[in-house]
Amino acid sequence: MTDTALQKPWADAERQRVATQFGVWMFLATETLFFGGIFLFYTVSRIENSAGFMAGARHTDVWFGSINTVVLLTSSLTMAIAERAVRIGAVPLARAMYFATIALGLCFVTVKGFEYWKDVSEHLLPGRDFPIAQTGASEFWAFYWTVTVVHAIHLTIGLGIVARMLLIPRDQLAARWTTAEGTALYWHLVDVVWVFLYPLLYLAGR
Amino acid sequence: MTREERHHVLVKPLRIFAALMALLTLTILYAFVPGLPFKTEAGLGIALAKALLIALLFMQLKGASGIVRIAAVAGLVWAGFLYVLTFADLLTR
Repeated sequence: MTDTALQKPWADAERQRVATQFGVWMFLATETLFFGGIFLFYTVSRIENSAGFMAGARHTDVWFGSINTVVLLTSSLTMAIAERAVRIGAVPLARAMYFATIALGLCFVTVKGFEYWKDVSEHLLPGRDFPIAQTGASEFWAFYWTVTVVHAIHLTIGLGIVARMLLIPRDQLAARWTTAEGTALYWHLVDVVWVFLYPLLYLAGR
Repeated sequence: MTREERHHVLVKPLRIFAALMALLTLTILYAFVPGLPFKTEAGLGIALAKALLIALLFMQLKGASGIVRIAAVAGLVWAGFLYVLTFADLLTR
């Protein structure tokens, strides 16, 4: 256990810790509602036009989705190690794991870019040239583009938050363990959202 | 780093990660083996198991204080109202 860099108005480390966790979890609750609404669109569309919706779902590329799932789960591992390393004052290990988390996040975005390129080349954008005639297929792809872009934006914000941990001077990093906890909570939520997206986007209709 | 610290910082997260990879393998196999029933339910059930591992262990809800757990559950409760009210209409038409 290391000393704690106390922020106003917290009188001791434990209060600051609970306040940080409570604040971030309240924010994550609003994120649950935000993504909950988007998932509700998926559910209603899939119930109302099941055959066409699943026909659309079969056009996603399971390889891209699976690779990115492995990448994101691995980034959660490196983030968890980084957070725990900060807590015990193992600063070089923590910084290495933050770098690894950023690298994995960039890897995710890169793979997603290749996937988008393939999707666009196959005209899988709802609109005039959309290749699947069945009712419901374009609704699936409307969901796909909306939710994956929103998720990618969240991940990109997460990259900035993780990079901020690397800007903290090395001799002060261990004392910022409550900041490390809040950072980890956000990153893991991005992972949890993807965990539910994976079967809905890439395994549906197989 | 002491042996206990190494266990907490490295070994425990690696075990959780191994469980997540095992669940990912299971969900892919189940989805692609022809003829298996309840594929959507199985996929979402495995996703829920993965999410619980991440939330309870990586996000440390397991050892969190009561007020933090309430904050974590609040989003699910509110989203639950959204789903209950929608399905009350959609599934009874």
